Amino acid sequence: MTRPAVSIQSVSKRWTPEGRAPVQALSDLTFDVAPGEFIVLLGPSGCGKSTLLYMIAGLEEVSGGRIACDGEPVTEPSAERGLIFQEASLFPWLTIADNVAFGLSVQHVQPVRRREIAVEMLKRVGLGDMLDKKPDELSGGMRQRAACARALAMRPKVLMMDEPFAALDVQTRARMQDFLLQIWRDSGASILLVTHSIDEAISLADRVVVFTARPGRVKTIVPIDLPRPRESRDPRYHAYRDMFAELLADEVDRAFAEQEAV
Amino acid sequence: MSADAGRTGLGEAAPARGGAPLDPPGFSLSPAWRRRLSTLVWGVVSVGLFAGIWEGLWALGYADPLLLPPPHLFLADIPGTLQFFDRSNRVGSVATGGGVGALLITMAWTTMRVVVGLALGFACGVAVGATIHYVKFLRNLLLPTILLLAPISPVAWLPVAIFVFGIGDVPAIFLVFITVFFAIVLSTGAQIESVPKNYIHVARIMGASQRQTFWKVILPAILPSLFMTLRLNLFAAWMVVLIAETVGVGTGLGQITSMARSTFNAKLVFFTMAIIGLLGFLSDFALRQVQRRMLWWIAPNQGGAR
Repeated sequence: MTRPAVSIQSVSKRWTPEGRAPVQALSDLTFDVAPGEFIVLLGPSGCGKSTLLYMIAGLEEVSGGRIACDGEPVTEPSAERGLIFQEASLFPWLTIADNVAFGLSVQHVQPVRRREIAVEMLKRVGLGDMLDKKPDELSGGMRQRAACARALAMRPKVLMMDEPFAALDVQTRARMQDFLLQIWRDSGASILLVTHSIDEAISLADRVVVFTARPGRVKTIVPIDLPRPRESRDPRYHAYRDMFAELLADEVDRAFAEQEAV
Repeated sequence: MSADAGRTGLGEAAPARGGAPLDPPGFSLSPAWRRRLSTLVWGVVSVGLFAGIWEGLWALGYADPLLLPPPHLFLADIPGTLQFFDRSNRVGSVATGGGVGALLITMAWTTMRVVVGLALGFACGVAVGATIHYVKFLRNLLLPTILLLAPISPVAWLPVAIFVFGIGDVPAIFLVFITVFFAIVLSTGAQIESVPKNYIHVARIMGASQRQTFWKVILPAILPSLFMTLRLNLFAAWMVVLIAETVGVGTGLGQITSMARSTFNAKLVFFTMAIIGLLGFLSDFALRQVQRRMLWWIAPNQGGAR
């Protein structure tokens, strides 16, 4: 068996808010991500799925357990593990092309080469004619695509996305999902995408990791055994949707109960 | 002209929004030029009205020309007024009547004190603000003192400045420096705090070092707000420099005003006030241009970092 792109072993995360009792955000997570695999993390809000991404990215430390990428334990952020946020977080003082080239400039790539890569990446995400625009001249969907280009310019082995399409309208969202699948195929990177949308999970994932309410644990891992492009009219699609709805309903109930108890 | 300085404020001239239909039919200007023309016309109308009322009061005998000489009187006697300006920047030199050249030199010296003070205050303010933000030991050590000194009026520093630096340019520059320094120090810390966390995450993921993150991400993110702080303190800097010149420099426009007051020369007072108003207006205009060129990603009147 090939070495997993990301290996998560008994990972847990505790927060200690100032002056209050520690909160167990994640508890005993274990699963692997194969190279080139598309994983969707699905769960009720507040279950710590975003925290897991931040820990894989190296922006947060684990409280227990071990995360390794390509066999190497994660100790600090790396350009090999790209992270895309709900907001595109492009720098408003740089043009789109310079935003995409930002990581390359940090790594002292020559300006001419930087520009070439930025142009190539922006063409790939369909923004070839937006090179010298300012970020706030772009629509939300375009900004998110530029953020993808910025991450892809670093040729990441793992691309993580924290509810990347949550702020977009429904039509844009559907188009962005198609776009993402195409990017995924082209780049060969593993993708870990956090969402609370069941449809997003079924349309995109190879495997869906379903989280429990806080403290987040892996409730179950469901392979989506449907050929792409996936049709929402497919009866099997419906079966998956019903299954996920049921799985999540329990967790949402628990999350509510816990909130009311507090 | 003093009305002009008051009118500009920090934003765009408010009356310009009114947008008078100026161009006759069949003659079209681009919207940008129309806006500029409209701003100009309203500016002239505003100052004209102010001067007109003043002239009217004089004509009706309410404004004593010895105490409140209206514009046409204090502007008519420019050669007579200019004899009080001196070409040299020496303390206590007897005015030699240097004419327009002397006026420009005096204006230039005063402007220089403002510009140098602002530039030093800005640069040092950002440096100190960033340092005490990042180095916890220095923050604990310095912040209480800074918070104690910050509310003290720059004018109160004047005696200190003279004790330490003597009479000359330095106390005036020091006072302007003080005017912006504390504001920039405190604002820098607050702005660094409010840089979106994701900007910093992006930089870290891309492998930026702390130094790169500061120069490439944090500084550009906070610069617009700091520049706004600078602009807000520009007029204060102009006020302070005149006081400093009156007492601690012995030359410059402040000194002229002071001399005009003690020699009861109302024409010279108003002439100098007009010049000061004009300089204040022009320096704000200049800062706005710098802002537009350097901070091009921010709309002109929008200061906050996003």
